Amino acid sequence: MANKLITEIGLPKSIGHIFAARNIITAKDALSLTEFELMELLDVGLAQVKSSVALISEVTSPHYQTVQSLLEQRVQSEYLMGHLPTHLKGLDAALCGGLPFGALTELVGPSGIGKTQFCLKISLLAALPSCYGGLDGHVIYIDVESKFSSRRLIEIGINSFPEIFCLEGMAKEMAGRITVLRPGSLTEFTESLQKVKVSVLQHQVKLLIIDSMAALVSGEYEQGPQRQHPLAWHISFIKSLAEFSRIPVVMTNQVRSRVANQISRYIFQAESRELMVEDNTEKFDSCLVAALGIHWAHAVNIRLVLESRSGQRFIKVAKSPMSPPLAFPFHVTSMGIILLNDDGVEMEGSQINAIDHQGHSDIIYHGDER
Amino acid sequence: MEVLRLPLSASQKGKLISAGYTSIASLSSISPSHLALELKISETEALEILKSVSNGSRLESTSNSHTIVNGAQSAWEMLQEEETLVHITTSCADLDNILGGGISCKEVTEIGGVPGIGKTQLGIQLAVNVQIPYDYGGVGGKAIYIDTEGSFMVERALQIAEACSADMAEYSPLYRKGSQACEAKMMQPKDFLENIFYFRVCSYTEQIALVNYLDKFITEHKDVKAVIIDSITFHFRQDFDDMALRTRVLGGMALNLMKLARKFGLAVVILNQVTTKYSDGSFRLALALGDSWSHASTNRIILHWNGNQRYAYIDKSPSLRSASAPYSVTPEGIRNSASNNKRIKNT
Repeated sequence: MANKLITEIGLPKSIGHIFAARNIITAKDALSLTEFELMELLDVGLAQVKSSVALISEVTSPHYQTVQSLLEQRVQSEYLMGHLPTHLKGLDAALCGGLPFGALTELVGPSGIGKTQFCLKISLLAALPSCYGGLDGHVIYIDVESKFSSRRLIEIGINSFPEIFCLEGMAKEMAGRITVLRPGSLTEFTESLQKVKVSVLQHQVKLLIIDSMAALVSGEYEQGPQRQHPLAWHISFIKSLAEFSRIPVVMTNQVRSRVANQISRYIFQAESRELMVEDNTEKFDSCLVAALGIHWAHAVNIRLVLESRSGQRFIKVAKSPMSPPLAFPFHVTSMGIILLNDDGVEMEGSQINAIDHQGHSDIIYHGDER
Repeated sequence: MEVLRLPLSASQKGKLISAGYTSIASLSSISPSHLALELKISETEALEILKSVSNGSRLESTSNSHTIVNGAQSAWEMLQEEETLVHITTSCADLDNILGGGISCKEVTEIGGVPGIGKTQLGIQLAVNVQIPYDYGGVGGKAIYIDTEGSFMVERALQIAEACSADMAEYSPLYRKGSQACEAKMMQPKDFLENIFYFRVCSYTEQIALVNYLDKFITEHKDVKAVIIDSITFHFRQDFDDMALRTRVLGGMALNLMKLARKFGLAVVILNQVTTKYSDGSFRLALALGDSWSHASTNRIILHWNGNQRYAYIDKSPSLRSASAPYSVTPEGIRNSASNNKRIKNT
């Protein structure tokens, strides 16, 4: 919409020619200038500029829908009202059905906790035929750290859905629907994204997994003067792709050590220090934060934190517009990830965002090396 | 060169100057046909030039007669208006108290905070609460929800609408005004959702276009009383290389929003993200989009964590004092915090 040509908007011919003569070709060019700047550039009166901008704006604006019609549309045309079930009962209940379509879901946690296992399971679930509760579609798996293990994938499949996988040729069919890309650098990743977009629009791609985002960039972004985030363009691109094609996007993220004077205060808070309750999380031994900084944290729609406390692993719904802050204990088994308790523990306060890493020494790998 | 300040095109200004008209006074007593002859332009164009001159001079009039300057209001008239100002409740009594009743209509309010603190929740709550009928103490208007990040979840809006509808049903015996129990129509969750106009914006161009278009849209849908933008920041943090351009564009958008709020008497609520800023020798959190943007809103509320409790802090307001109130996010939406010793902290 932003790249709509001025010529297609239907301005009166005389003005249209002037816009073209001054090299204002798309709506984006026109709307990036203020009215006075346009008046100077085009050499026309204010009234004319105002009416042209109003017309361009009207045509370039997105159309509206009432929320009720949005709801009805989703109920009718989308699977489970636009959710991909993870087969983890408690988590699906918290997320109103599963991972939402058109939104970015992030999995963050220390290494070896089970993020890739989750991704393998979910890619299988998306590939399954709809009669077995899947989306019956292709999956694109962008594997940056070379963690994808097809042997492990088949193992999860055979153990979780034995009745499907023992059928002749099913394993081949299911595994055949999962396409794995292995970009080696940020530039290659950018190119792969463009290819992915084309493919999503053409084929029946129902899920996009990126494992992991943090591996693509190096360096610190949590602190320091504000500069353009290197993944800014990619975040925007992936979001609009997910939105446009109504598919879920799952991304994994790494963790970084928390620096001693972690930023968590506003200017007004520092002044009234005596009124502040001591922030418990700062005293804890939990010294990990999600990588990629606060800009990234804003951009994702749902954040699932995986952590380990006293030897037990938890998956927490840390950020979600529609779920309470619940934590579910889980295990990694031959069937992938299973929850030990479907009710979950409701966590108070900003505890839900903390990432713990205590007592986590056993890394279960079934099958091959990474 | 007063003529240079007029809202005319450059070539018109050039012609005026070369014909010798450099001040507004020189144009004050000339007829259109005479001007047309001198500048060699058409009479209609001359008429337009003279009209813009007279508009400009009226606004700059320093005549201290008793007649009110055109387009202005006296402070007394404004006070009368302010007494009748309506507020949109946030469903949290503590928060409503420090806000003087709720989010005020006719003003632009900016709400910012870290991810996960409840900005979108508050946005959806306001989109539902603006529809509470007048008989129940509400504004009875519709809402426009502009989503730039895709964080609006239809299921959550349905939950909040259901809770609001249930609350209304529970309190309806108390609100029947007058002897004839006025049949205030019971609002079903479906009705709430029907009155929220949802726009999904995918780039900053669309965002600017939409804010420009809202004037016409709201003229056609006069009962819109709240415009919620979630979030205003997202598209402006992505691929802007030219920061000066960004500041200019944001400035224009801010003015448009203020005009909208005043003209139609609605509440404009802007949700903002957070960034880190270097001040006083260390890095601190601050609302995004820079210092120039911080002038764009009339009121500013920062949502933050204090221990395990969520707080809303009034950072900037011309009429409300700085205060902090706790709130919580429940399955029904935004509500009072459940803790026993909730105190409103005045700073």
